[in-house]
Amino acid sequence: MRGLLLFTAVLFLFTVNSDPVQAFEPDEVLDDPALEARAREISKEVRCLVCQNEPIDSSNADLAKELRIVVRERLVAGDSDDDVKSYLSDRYGDFVLFRPPFNTATFLLWFGPLLVFGIGGIGLIFFYRGNKNLKLANPLSPEEETRLNQLLDENEKTKSSNSGETS
Amino acid sequence: MNKKILFTLPLLITLVLFGYFFWALTKPGRDPKILPSVLIDKPAPEFNLTALENLGVPGFSRTDLTTNGKISVVNIFASWCVPCLAEHPDMVKLGKRDDINLYGINYRDKPDDALNWLNRNGNPYHRVGRDPKSRTGIEWGVYGVPETFIVDATGTIRYKHVGPLNPGDLENKILPIIDNLQAQK
Repeated sequence: MRGLLLFTAVLFLFTVNSDPVQAFEPDEVLDDPALEARAREISKEVRCLVCQNEPIDSSNADLAKELRIVVRERLVAGDSDDDVKSYLSDRYGDFVLFRPPFNTATFLLWFGPLLVFGIGGIGLIFFYRGNKNLKLANPLSPEEETRLNQLLDENEKTKSSNSGETS
Repeated sequence: MNKKILFTLPLLITLVLFGYFFWALTKPGRDPKILPSVLIDKPAPEFNLTALENLGVPGFSRTDLTTNGKISVVNIFASWCVPCLAEHPDMVKLGKRDDINLYGINYRDKPDDALNWLNRNGNPYHRVGRDPKSRTGIEWGVYGVPETFIVDATGTIRYKHVGPLNPGDLENKILPIIDNLQAQK
């Protein structure tokens, strides 16, 4: 029992201490911690083109390593985060960025769900409004109204005469 | 009746969407690994590559794409790249033409390995530049080897082929584009 407890404790320790996979190598790390932090953030959003569903931050591919160095070089040269990203997407296309930018080609990607939701909403409105309109669109004509009242009256009379007979 | 059609509309839209997805996922020639290049119809990047020593052909830079008025085929290759060997015969065919430039970028390779590889298989390239750290490769948007670019005489990238030239690719893709560009001149 104590052994098991110890085992779980150790296991827990490992889960707490294990950082996400880090592929970047010590020689890449910049001296300036602020720049390095920005480089890490950018690297997490840049796709490794060789191993396509992995960011260059955690990829071991040679190209990813080189791209990490390029990212850091651009930052040291004074580029803003967006400058670095557009430097990469100018060469590799928007695909290199995990977060697709907003432009004419990605318009549907961003607004598609909203659009579908809107169409659904409009559909719903029409559906309920349509039901209401159906009643209003066919009001009873005066003749129908008198006829209906007549029938109702007759019904009432038969009811009351019936009840009169039984009682 | 009208309403019934309306009710089947969501189902119809879903089916159309599914049909489109199915078509897009299974259409022949679809390969998610191949990305459309953003560099098509853009000027080739600036670069300057040193020669591979003892090979006997010079290195090359951006200016060599525009100086002699010829269309250039720029091929990214490496000795460690197995598919490069597969497309090598096609490069030999291209290298025999003197109306085009065939330039090779030796990508992430050791000079000795590259030299041995070219000596063993024959060097089809008119010029070979070394890109040991893939810096020029990044400028060209290279993410795999081999890759083949067609650059017109003004230095504009006109076509990019990712991966090896498979049988028929040279005749059906590369050569028609070269012919087309020659005709435009």
